[in-house]
Amino acid sequence: MTQAPERYMGGGLPRKEDPNLVTGRANWTDNIKLPGMLHLAMLRSPFARAKITKLDVSGALERPGVVGAFTGAELADQWPGGVPCGAVVSDQQNSPFFSPIVTDEVRHVGDVLAVVVASDRYTAQDALESIVVDYEPLPPVVNMEAALAEGAPLVHEEFGTNECFKYTAGVEGIDDLFDAPDDTQLEGGGVRGPNVGGQGDTGEAMRRADVVIKERYIQQRVLPTAIEPRAVVASPEPGHQGIVMYSSTQVPHLLKIVLSLSTGIPENEIRVVAPDVGGGFGSKLNLYREEIIAVVLAKKLGTPVKYVEDRSENYQATIHGRGQIQDIELAANSDGKILGLRVKLLDDMGAYLQLLTPAIAVSGAALFPGVYNFENFAIEIKGVFTNLTPTDAYRGAGRPEACFAIERAMDSLARELNMDPAEVRRRNFFEPFDEPTANPAGLQYDSFNLQAVLDRAIELADYESLRAEQQRRRESGDPVQLGIGFSTYTEICGLGPSQALAGLGLGGGGWEAANVRMLVTGKVEVATGTSPHGQGHETSWSQIAADVLGVTPDDVDVIHGDTDAVPFGRDTYGSRSLAVGGIAVYHAANKVVEKGKKIAAHMLEASEEDIEFEGGRFSVAGSPDQNVTIQDVAGAAYLAADLPEGMEPVLNESMIYDPPNFTFPFGAHICVSEVDTETGKVKLRDYIAVDDCGPVINPTIVDGQLHGGLAQGIAQALYEGVIYDEEGNLVTASMVDYMIPGAPELPNFTLDRTVTPSPSNPLGVKGVGEAGTIGAPPAVINSIVDALSPLGIKHIDMPASPMRVWKAIQNAQGKQSGDRQIDASLEASGADIKQGR
Amino acid sequence: MRRIKLSVNGVTYEHEVEPRLLLVHYLREGLNLTGTMVGCNTSNCGACTVLLNGQSVKSCTLFAVQADGHEITTVQGLQSNGEWHPMQTAFHENHGLQCGYCTPGMILASVSYLKENPNPNEEEIREALEGNYCRCTGYENIVKAVQQAAGQTS
Repeated sequence: MTQAPERYMGGGLPRKEDPNLVTGRANWTDNIKLPGMLHLAMLRSPFARAKITKLDVSGALERPGVVGAFTGAELADQWPGGVPCGAVVSDQQNSPFFSPIVTDEVRHVGDVLAVVVASDRYTAQDALESIVVDYEPLPPVVNMEAALAEGAPLVHEEFGTNECFKYTAGVEGIDDLFDAPDDTQLEGGGVRGPNVGGQGDTGEAMRRADVVIKERYIQQRVLPTAIEPRAVVASPEPGHQGIVMYSSTQVPHLLKIVLSLSTGIPENEIRVVAPDVGGGFGSKLNLYREEIIAVVLAKKLGTPVKYVEDRSENYQATIHGRGQIQDIELAANSDGKILGLRVKLLDDMGAYLQLLTPAIAVSGAALFPGVYNFENFAIEIKGVFTNLTPTDAYRGAGRPEACFAIERAMDSLARELNMDPAEVRRRNFFEPFDEPTANPAGLQYDSFNLQAVLDRAIELADYESLRAEQQRRRESGDPVQLGIGFSTYTEICGLGPSQALAGLGLGGGGWEAANVRMLVTGKVEVATGTSPHGQGHETSWSQIAADVLGVTPDDVDVIHGDTDAVPFGRDTYGSRSLAVGGIAVYHAANKVVEKGKKIAAHMLEASEEDIEFEGGRFSVAGSPDQNVTIQDVAGAAYLAADLPEGMEPVLNESMIYDPPNFTFPFGAHICVSEVDTETGKVKLRDYIAVDDCGPVINPTIVDGQLHGGLAQGIAQALYEGVIYDEEGNLVTASMVDYMIPGAPELPNFTLDRTVTPSPSNPLGVKGVGEAGTIGAPPAVINSIVDALSPLGIKHIDMPASPMRVWKAIQNAQGKQSGDRQIDASLEASGADIKQGR
Repeated sequence: MRRIKLSVNGVTYEHEVEPRLLLVHYLREGLNLTGTMVGCNTSNCGACTVLLNGQSVKSCTLFAVQADGHEITTVQGLQSNGEWHPMQTAFHENHGLQCGYCTPGMILASVSYLKENPNPNEEEIREALEGNYCRCTGYENIVKAVQQAAGQTS
């Protein structure tokens, strides 16, 4: 009898990953102990910019337990490629050589100028104190506008400028309407552009508009803060003729390639393993200098070398997120219809280019139009070097920044026109569609039903009652005012079609690989090129394979994160894993079924066309009693004693899947905040998020992704911000000084979803990893500004700390407020309080 | 070097240790109990939380010598007779973890808190866990897990 198969996709299966994690049996990189393993410690610069005039490591070598101490000069020939950058967004991009250990000049606090290798980590750390350095401090550049000013100190003198690149799309006349005219080289020559289309005539749109919203938004730097710091163990493996690198990374497959480019070690002699990884959020999407140094020293010394950063090093030397100054102009008619948008961005590179640094803002460029359908769009992005820690991908990576700008501007437009912020959005939404439709930047959105998510969010929030309560509080002069903030967003997920990624300056390689094999006993192994670090791929991929093959998820084992066990892969980032890697699993499993049909037909002495497959059983159409299970077929395929003529043994199928398009989840978020006008404290009373990421494989995991993303988005809006002083010192260099939210700082979330399948893949899935960080920041700030708008307050920069909110209220009421420490990297940009513009 | 004698997960150990050796490093490097992790080095994040005589402490704040004569429980000592502690089950069933790095500390802090307050409300749970950071979950499912465990153990 064929039983109706249980369907696992769509069910909230508890995770297969959990047992090791809740019992303390996880395998973190720092757990790894190998015979003869030495420990590495970094001597880091306390200056943002200085010449090294003397460097003597001999004192360290005299200490007991110290095996070696090295300068950059001694090891320079070991890393001909330096720390590689894989992103080229313009032919004229200035890409400096990034030496893992500097040889002449330090360029940010935390830059590495020498290293010690010793028998244990305490000894290695102690020995750093015996290294003698003389510095000649030089004036640093710590903010982007100062960096671009005439006569600014240069981060990299060889370029003669602090401009890393300029990227433009549709920029004709863009400078006419911005305050600070730029140079005139606006033709965009040499731009390798994604298909970001500036299009139309934004100047004409601005002239004929009834209203032009002109604002400056600051995307403060934030610290990704995976709770597991970075860790690496490099081990020379004689049998492998090369090196094994265990790393707390999101991208073992990329590391294998990039490590080869850096060191010249042939790619086939490198094996990279990502053991259990304690969070990444983009910060472990990089080959870091410390990994290169560990590998080079392990090879040189012929013994394993371990490096584990402490949190202060994590904040100084792991990439930072965000770091943009956004000038935007939004033109509209009095009915709220948008006529055009133009954007001028400064994007903070920091002192060097990490793997994707220049591509972050560029990859978000085409998303500035958001979910709105209009004609004219132009953007200019300048990458700027500063004497600060390099920036790179942080959860959302270019998309939260774009979403924030358009969603803040939409609220300003609503206020200017005295319209409801939901209504002004509605008037500009795309009508629902389920086939690719171009946005104003030429991006092909895959499927939308924006009206449905907004309707549902408004219903869940009980919007009318909230407005009534707000009115009551305003009229009664309640010291605690109510704010309602909207954000309707989309994002680019499923990175990505290889050709499109090449267009973004990322070279290509957006595919993902999967291998599905059935063992002789009928059990299943799925090898995936994705590399999860909390996302639960072992569970979700098991659900996909189980449904296709008609087995249970417990029959499936998912293998990942080892370049020897999974030969091809492109890893986990950019909300790509399900929409690319999960689809590869789906296709490979279907190939297994297709081959199984041929074998079943042979076993049942029937024609292949007559074989039906359901619930793990192959049967002959019309004769359900004539059947074999997929386990029987797997056994027969493995033993190969009686297979159809010429058939390859074993059910063992692979798929390398290159998606035809990105995917575009979307959603509507409503933040309800209570703003204490006497203290400036903002309390989030409710947060409603209605998201559409297409059909959901595991709703429990999807909700978890949303929770975490929302928490990080709210954190950027309310709590987190890197602070540098004018000397380029990182003030927020530990968790004592940098506030990531704890449980009391976050609300409960009200989640719901609609389901609009993507036409781009057979499961219709879109991805969800970054939705929260993209949707949340503007919803939160919009709610605060909404609460305070009767005071004339039009904007508050992130993070909207109590001090900042209180100060805005004081200023709006014409009272003096004191000063506080603000981030010097943004100070000159007016990043503190702006209101009443 | 100083001689210490202590019980960890019910097993008695005696070792010579440097006075500056942190308890977390003693557990990880000395006893190979790698279920206790370092997250911040400044006693903010709570990834290193263990129980000292049944009460939660941050093992990156204590020296190993301060644990001399005391009973330490790490996450690896939480199971009894091969059965998970109800808090471990609750974290699993409520999806109270993603990457799992904060999880042992979060579980032990929660176990310790429920001894103080067996029937906490949501706000009390959130306040009680303020010394343990999670970057993945947004805490919502962690709070649910603690609520579930409270219902089962009270």
